Amino acid sequence: MLKTFSLGGIHPADRKISAGKSIEVLPLPKRVVVPLAQHIGAPAKTELKKGDQIKTGQVIAKSGGFVSANIHSPVSGKVFKLDEVVDASGYRKPVIIIDVEGDEWDESIDRSETLKTEISLSSEEIIKKVGEMGIVGMGGATFPAHVKLSPPPGKKCDVLIINGVECEPFLTSDHRVMLEKGDELIVGVKILMKALKVDRAVIGIENNKPDAIQHLTTLTENEQGIEIQPLKVQYPQGGEKQLIDAVIGRQVPSGKLPIEVGAVVHNVGTTLAVYEAVQKNKPLIERVVTVTGPGVSKPSNFLARIGTPVSQLIEAAGGLPDNTGKVIGGGPMMGKALSNLEVPITKGSSGILVLPHEEAHRKPVENCIRCGKCVSVCPMGLEPYLLMIEAEKELLDRAESDNIMDCIECGSCSFTCPANRPLLDYIRLGKGNVGKIIRNRN
Amino acid sequence: MSIVLITILTLAGLGALAAVILYLASQKFKVFEDPRINQVEEALPAANCGGCGFPGCRAFAEALVKADDISDLNCPVGGADVMATVANILGKEMGKSDPLVAVVRCNGTCEHRPRLNEYEGATSCAVAAALYGGETGCSYGCYGLGDCVEACDFNAMYMDEKTGLPVIIEDNCVACGACVDACPKEIIELRKKGPKSRRIFVSCVNQDKGAVAKKACDVACIGCGKCAKVCPFDAITIENNLAYIDYDKCRLCRKCVPVCPTNAIHEINFPPPKPKPAKEQEPANTPESSN
Amino acid sequence: MNQKLVVSPSPHVHSGDSVPKNMYGVIIALIPALLASLWYFGIGALIVTLTAIAACVLFEWVIQKYLMKATPSISDGSAAVTGLLLAFNMPSNLPIGLIIIGAAVAIGIGKMSFGGLGNNTFNPALVGRVFLLISFPVQMTSWPVPVASRFQYLDATTGATPLSVVKEGLSSGASLSELMGEIPSYLNLFMGNMGGSAGEIAGITLVLGVLYLLWRKIITWHIPVSVLGSVAVFAAILNISDPESYAGPLFHLLTGGVLLGAFFMATDYVSSPMSKKGMLLYGVGIGLITVLIRVYGSYPEGVSFAILIMNAFVPLIDRYMKPKRFGEKVKTTKVQKQ
Repeated sequence: MLKTFSLGGIHPADRKISAGKSIEVLPLPKRVVVPLAQHIGAPAKTELKKGDQIKTGQVIAKSGGFVSANIHSPVSGKVFKLDEVVDASGYRKPVIIIDVEGDEWDESIDRSETLKTEISLSSEEIIKKVGEMGIVGMGGATFPAHVKLSPPPGKKCDVLIINGVECEPFLTSDHRVMLEKGDELIVGVKILMKALKVDRAVIGIENNKPDAIQHLTTLTENEQGIEIQPLKVQYPQGGEKQLIDAVIGRQVPSGKLPIEVGAVVHNVGTTLAVYEAVQKNKPLIERVVTVTGPGVSKPSNFLARIGTPVSQLIEAAGGLPDNTGKVIGGGPMMGKALSNLEVPITKGSSGILVLPHEEAHRKPVENCIRCGKCVSVCPMGLEPYLLMIEAEKELLDRAESDNIMDCIECGSCSFTCPANRPLLDYIRLGKGNVGKIIRNRN
Repeated sequence: MSIVLITILTLAGLGALAAVILYLASQKFKVFEDPRINQVEEALPAANCGGCGFPGCRAFAEALVKADDISDLNCPVGGADVMATVANILGKEMGKSDPLVAVVRCNGTCEHRPRLNEYEGATSCAVAAALYGGETGCSYGCYGLGDCVEACDFNAMYMDEKTGLPVIIEDNCVACGACVDACPKEIIELRKKGPKSRRIFVSCVNQDKGAVAKKACDVACIGCGKCAKVCPFDAITIENNLAYIDYDKCRLCRKCVPVCPTNAIHEINFPPPKPKPAKEQEPANTPESSN
Repeated sequence: MNQKLVVSPSPHVHSGDSVPKNMYGVIIALIPALLASLWYFGIGALIVTLTAIAACVLFEWVIQKYLMKATPSISDGSAAVTGLLLAFNMPSNLPIGLIIIGAAVAIGIGKMSFGGLGNNTFNPALVGRVFLLISFPVQMTSWPVPVASRFQYLDATTGATPLSVVKEGLSSGASLSELMGEIPSYLNLFMGNMGGSAGEIAGITLVLGVLYLLWRKIITWHIPVSVLGSVAVFAAILNISDPESYAGPLFHLLTGGVLLGAFFMATDYVSSPMSKKGMLLYGVGIGLITVLIRVYGSYPEGVSFAILIMNAFVPLIDRYMKPKRFGEKVKTTKVQKQ
């Protein structure tokens, strides 16, 4: 019996059609749009002016607080404009627009391919470096990585968990990173272990990626303290709390962070970025993005610069199919539908999914038949049917006592509902409203 | 025979005992309540809409009885008539309040504001607003999903299928403000009903720069300030690329309506325009500017 | 690309499960039992089943169309399921008029008056059945003899059910061992060779049906197992205490409507609890009440009443039997420490 998390879970079809495609470097775009808020927390602040000449890797916006991150220029060129443009959410957000001229990198960055295994920095220096290099959680949550590496006083971390689960259907960027950047990844794990002062790290990988499990197992044969943990395929295993439960059998209490049970989780992509930042002095300016979908003629995994417009990635993957109905930034379970294809990819963009018209629509909503399937699939042990009613009718105190804030928005309830009810739509709304009440209370 | 007698006596005794206990209890636990509360409550329309700011008519009645000065309190549903009755009951001075009515400050119909994408989540403006800026290029405008109509208890709103915008049935609107709270975009505003229900307002809340707003919607306010310049009463202010008409200052002269390049200023319930000879140019000559 | 992009909140994929899929799944699961009832009761079972289904579907359509002014949704199969289950709970010689009354009560009062599918507190088929049982006790408890009445409908020769044999026998002072001679063997009971309602007799077909439901994941094991388990346990306790006056667990499980009730009636989505813990409590309640009515009540059979009584407790169960929350264990120990 393979390990997995203990409550709920669903099995959406895998459809990892781009799993066999190796990472390709995407040509530089002509112009990049770099949002100042690419992470959870305070937006970064910029002091650039129109017309400033910048190099690839240069800091263009400084972290706006402890929970925030620096932003570096993904390209070299001239600042075209500081503006506010419509982002993936349809709202206007501040951005820096840069016209690309050549590709001149900042001198401090080591661009060689050689693997550097020796870790010369101390724990504190590593954390500082990770913060300076603007590294955030690349699985999608975009939580600044250095914050996770600095446990609050009184809490101790005893195990580092590396998230190689990639439980979202379609997405394959982490899978390719594990296959192609295995050596760097292992060094990255060791750096994180040193930063956290732990002697145990577990890489959790779902069983549908046997090649990655095989590859990393071979690489870690002689490594002390790094284990590979194959996991049973089940969504949402990539959720932080679910992964900790699956790998080490500890459940993070409601409203608490993983550090409460002595664990810190980092994504595979983040780990690679940490390696590059610490060993090569390279900031987070590019990432692997899967571009896929049933109608996409050339599903691919691209290494793309942050700020590249989504349309250019889709073009590189064979263009937008005629019957496109929906374009999603991220995976089909938790990704955001895009209303505009000129939005840039950011630090948290793990994939672009193009769905044809026949898959883009929801089915008509019917009455709840109280089948209880949403309750049985909820990985947090909540009652989505009830939370939806409470959110819809604004019974917010009851929603709060029914633990609405525990919802991780994985979408398992909406996925499984036979009556096609928009459970998560309303729960998310209720979460927002309850969150406001809680913040006002404090 | 004796059985029947005993039964009757026992039951009668029990009844009497219960009556005594009830009487004593009601005396002991009697709560004094101002009888005027009931009177006032009866005078109120019992709509329990919350438009007065209190949770229901009973709470409002209590507040009215308690307050020394009730001129700030107003029942939007009952209006002046009801407040006069209440003031009469309580022997207090009633406040002056002009009747209000809700207005929808968005005119982004399908025709004026092209849809760029298709929303397909739960039919709720609040859900859509949590997701994104909407189907059009204007992230301030109406979603057309009807949270306001849902919130209205007085059958005073409906969704116009053609325009995709809510319409307020003036006669039914009591200005309780439920729709104002329901709208995540703060498009609906309570404004003075005005003499003969005539009023003027800017039917747009878009704060984007003029060019951006205009591109998203033909009838958006572009914040050009022409209306503010012609206004003889300083009633119009421009803030964040958006004009706003202060209804306390506005005297309904309608000079601002024709100068608006995007027809964003609406006039309601004015008689149909009579042929007016070259009146439009007049205001432009006055050099006053409110900015 | 000439069409507009669709924007909706996540998730963007769906399992493909639907209400009709579940309802038709239940109908498929009931087919073996339907065949068995046709085999034992022949033409009577056919008439009763067809009338009940047709009447239920028709009433649902009429009520939705003309009273609720809504688009009728009879194609989702829920009315057909109600009709089929109602037929299974009636003797196969019931006059058509009574069946139609039962269907009207089941759909009209049991389901639509609450607002239609998903809103009914009680299992509609059982509401119809119990209404008939109370209003027309004679017709509802004259059971055609299996096999022999294959080609008879209203004029079917009738006999007693094993449960009524035992009940009446015990109350007239006979001992259980004497009565056991009068009822069919356990094998015959399991195969359905006994008097009873049209669909409840053949245990083996009901077991086949429930296995299908479990395999399709339409229901979970919690309710059937807890109902059957509690019936067996309570019956066994009584039986051990006095074997001469109380029948054994196997007798209670195989006779009457326990199997049909546990597999198909108690598991009705709408009127059963949502959480696993709640389902177990609900099942145990049904089992306990069933045995109590059978042993101490005035009716020989109590499954229908037991399920309806527990239906009424479902909102309460849902309120207090919350599913196990993630991280709950750790939380409680923490609270204790403070």
